Amino acid sequence: MQRLTREQMAARVARDIPEGAYVNLGIGLPTLVGNHLPKDREIILHSENGLLGMGPAPAPGQEDEDLINAGKQPVTLLTGGAYFHHADSFGMMRGGHLDICVLGAFQVSVRGDLANWHTGLPDSIPAVGGAMDLAVGAKQVFVMMEHLTREGASKIVAECAYPLTGVACVDRIYTDLAVLDVSAEGLIVREICEGLSFDELQKLSGVPLLSNIQK
Amino acid sequence: MRLSNSVNHQAFIDVINKTCESTEAAVADVHHGATVMIGGFGNAGMPSALIDALIAQGAGELTIICNNAGSGETGLAALLKAGRVRKIICSFPRQSDSHIFDALYRAGKIELELSPQGNLAERIRAAGAGIGGFFTPTGYGTLLAQGKETRCIEGRNYVLESPLHADFALIKAYQGDRWGNLVYRKAGRNFGPVMASAAACTIAQVDEVLELGALDPEAIVTPGIFVQRVVREKSTCNA
Repeated sequence: MQRLTREQMAARVARDIPEGAYVNLGIGLPTLVGNHLPKDREIILHSENGLLGMGPAPAPGQEDEDLINAGKQPVTLLTGGAYFHHADSFGMMRGGHLDICVLGAFQVSVRGDLANWHTGLPDSIPAVGGAMDLAVGAKQVFVMMEHLTREGASKIVAECAYPLTGVACVDRIYTDLAVLDVSAEGLIVREICEGLSFDELQKLSGVPLLSNIQK
Repeated sequence: MRLSNSVNHQAFIDVINKTCESTEAAVADVHHGATVMIGGFGNAGMPSALIDALIAQGAGELTIICNNAGSGETGLAALLKAGRVRKIICSFPRQSDSHIFDALYRAGKIELELSPQGNLAERIRAAGAGIGGFFTPTGYGTLLAQGKETRCIEGRNYVLESPLHADFALIKAYQGDRWGNLVYRKAGRNFGPVMASAAACTIAQVDEVLELGALDPEAIVTPGIFVQRVVREKSTCNA
């Protein structure tokens, strides 16, 4: 089978982001989506620390310590962009004003529960940031993650073993093996990577999947 | 009838002057056990000069409300290292270089109250706006909602969150005037406006103090009613 690379996954997610969408890209893998957004679409990126219309990284030497993204890396502001304070920024999330947010995950359950903030290990220091706000706020929550752990266990599970970020909040899952929609009937496989059959994907996933594969 | 009186007008000008001579003077009355909000997200909007002054001032047993728990060895991390902080209320303490907080936390020498970032911002906003609490969907069904009242409103589940007040807020803005009006710079705005509203005494570190009237009234982000002290401290990071 031909698993998608991280960049291919990012390009796949980017294809589903429509013209005019207000979008938040989470820290980590989702940040890569920004590199693949079609240049001919006007898509407005939101950054939780108080930016709409976030642009790419500045040229070397043009960094501004007051202009950073949620990952605290230097960014730019596009023409038409805006700055605002934190309560407004999270009001944009919680109030349902963002069209799409893309988040990384440790695990997603069949009913769309998300675990992405805390391993729950005794010596780990909990840090949540905006993860829980993003999970409940956007009109559509996309998760982007590898399908399997390094040990080969499915990250799509019946019940999340890690502490939850949000309950039944995920709408769509993009992995290196498949694209799946979370529905009331269960997880619906929409796309599958080259060289992998539905039955093989079912076996790897370990939870019941429904097939509605579009070529 | 003439309403304006030039003599009274002059007297008024002499009365309101929130500018402070120094960061030391600005934080001089922060007391032992005070609750202190500190603005900033990363280094953007971090009132570094006021934090340094607070370290030098010596108040301890502080409760700090800040998005992060310090990084590296300076600023909030230095305040923690000096053993001045009893408790921190924040959303994201763990960072690649948050070793000072990490060590204190693991040694049980600091109390942590973790709040989702949007809840943290809204709790601060609620305090400033006189709201006694609010129901938010953020965190419902998670560890961070344990023990909190929940309610189903129109089919959606919410958690009751409480307001966060402070004795002092230390914030950084770009420009201010002697009435305490403030504008910010880019993403440095972050927690400044809400923290200014939620503290009994808000101290703003600004790059520039302008003449009254120089700030466009249409563009003032934090009106001076929320600010008690303004101190000019040209930061080194905004070259």
